[in-house]
Amino acid sequence: MHSTNLATAPLHEVNYAPKVFDLSKNTLREFNQALHEVKDATGEPNWEVLNPKGSHAVAVGAEHPISIDVQGSVGYYCGGMNQNATITVHGSAGPGVGENMMSGTIVVKGDASQYAGATGRGGLLVIEGNASSRCGISMKGINIVVRGNIGHMSAFMAQSGNLVVLGDAGDALGDSIYEARLFVRGSVKSLGADCIKKEMRPEHIAILKDLLDRAGISDVKPEEFTRYGSARTLYNFNIDNADAY
Amino acid sequence: MCGIVGLFLKDKSLEPQLGALLSEMLVTMTDRGPDSAGIAIYGAGAKGQGKITVQSAAAEEDFKGLDAELGRKIGAKVSATIKSTHAVLDVPADKIGEARAAIAELRPNVRIMGAGEAIEIYKEVGLPIEVVQRFDVTKMSGSHGIGHTRMATESAVTTLGAHPFSTGPDQCLVHNGSLSNHNNLRRELIRDGMRFETENDTEVAAAYLSSKIAHGQNLGEALESSLNDLDGFFTFVVGTKNGFGVVRDPISCKPAVMAETDQYVAFGSEYRALANLPGIEEARVWEPEPSTVYFWEH
Repeated sequence: MHSTNLATAPLHEVNYAPKVFDLSKNTLREFNQALHEVKDATGEPNWEVLNPKGSHAVAVGAEHPISIDVQGSVGYYCGGMNQNATITVHGSAGPGVGENMMSGTIVVKGDASQYAGATGRGGLLVIEGNASSRCGISMKGINIVVRGNIGHMSAFMAQSGNLVVLGDAGDALGDSIYEARLFVRGSVKSLGADCIKKEMRPEHIAILKDLLDRAGISDVKPEEFTRYGSARTLYNFNIDNADAY
Repeated sequence: MCGIVGLFLKDKSLEPQLGALLSEMLVTMTDRGPDSAGIAIYGAGAKGQGKITVQSAAAEEDFKGLDAELGRKIGAKVSATIKSTHAVLDVPADKIGEARAAIAELRPNVRIMGAGEAIEIYKEVGLPIEVVQRFDVTKMSGSHGIGHTRMATESAVTTLGAHPFSTGPDQCLVHNGSLSNHNNLRRELIRDGMRFETENDTEVAAAYLSSKIAHGQNLGEALESSLNDLDGFFTFVVGTKNGFGVVRDPISCKPAVMAETDQYVAFGSEYRALANLPGIEEARVWEPEPSTVYFWEH
């Protein structure tokens, strides 16, 4: 007989032991499929991936606030399109980590290859090592914090969000940038077209303080950073540039 | 795409495993390019001896008696090791030039893949696993080697269009990317006396480096020059008798990962290619910087 008495309904079990996928035994597709079948975070909130060995597309398309620990280095597009999940890569990440992520958090303990966080719309991407070229290219609202350095052409056409770099930036930082904020603590090899140094106002210090806190970084001060952003001279066509086309 | 792997051994005890390690790395990169695959392995033979790797589509017919005929023609002892469509001819090192000319005369359809004191080159149309098995690469030993799996963009899928390209003694080059000024450069290099077998852009890059080296530059200098003279996308891995070099164009959109331990320096288009190397967990792993020449020598 169907019971409407909640006290007698079966208790919802929460399994806090991580659900483990060993990619030397399970296929990547099995793991990602299981991830996509998650309906909410209440049943199995902790996931672990073993032996990724540079596999592509690890933990792409997670939707719920679960925690995924990847034990090793990953290839292309790890955590792409992430929503709500917290993904930690205990190793380095190949190209396009967190590409187009919407929300949630991705932490890379090692380095990240090119175009980390590309086109990301939201969430927090933390890279504890260095990120290479095109970090945050076309970012659209994501927050990216890099403890080390970033490579050339980072934040190319960046539209919104914040890129925080504790180390140095390579050539052509923020080329053709729109309204993203770039905070660099070290040197910038060169600025891209229409990217300029800007003053740090109290609201920027507040944004930076919040992002550093959320990235778990307490050994540097927001005041040590320089802000860069758009000079907004490329927003409208200038007749004086007609000869350039 | 295209997949590149390279392994330069510092620890001699790994030399018997070179072919096996490099084969596994190359097979891992199969899905970066299924059209053709090739491998160059460096292993010094007896002192004063050279090797010429030749290839023929009609191997059985062409290789039959070639060693004896070539030996008579150049007046030296020649021995042949035949592996499928390829054969390695052992000739005295000082007779390599003479032998090349003699092969062209004796067997006009036989193609010379490479020559030198240490280099052997095997390349064919097909998947890396097929190429590796066909030439028994896993059993080969050596000091360093380079492999490539090709997704053709610039020229036909043929044996000669496969990488590595060798355009000078003990030199070879593999490439991921595409060059946009190769036709002009090819014309200039032809005027300079270089000969070309294909319409392939990578062959031009290889010949460019060989030409610079022939004019007195060392490999490091030649790679520096390439950054000014080659236009397009490239990640190159090059081999010489004793050396192994890497360079990427200023944009560096073609992927590259390197790893170094006390035992080896390794290159892969992706980390996957390096993931099973011995001691990789403790290796220094990094991405080579754009416009920067990396070079190791024994």
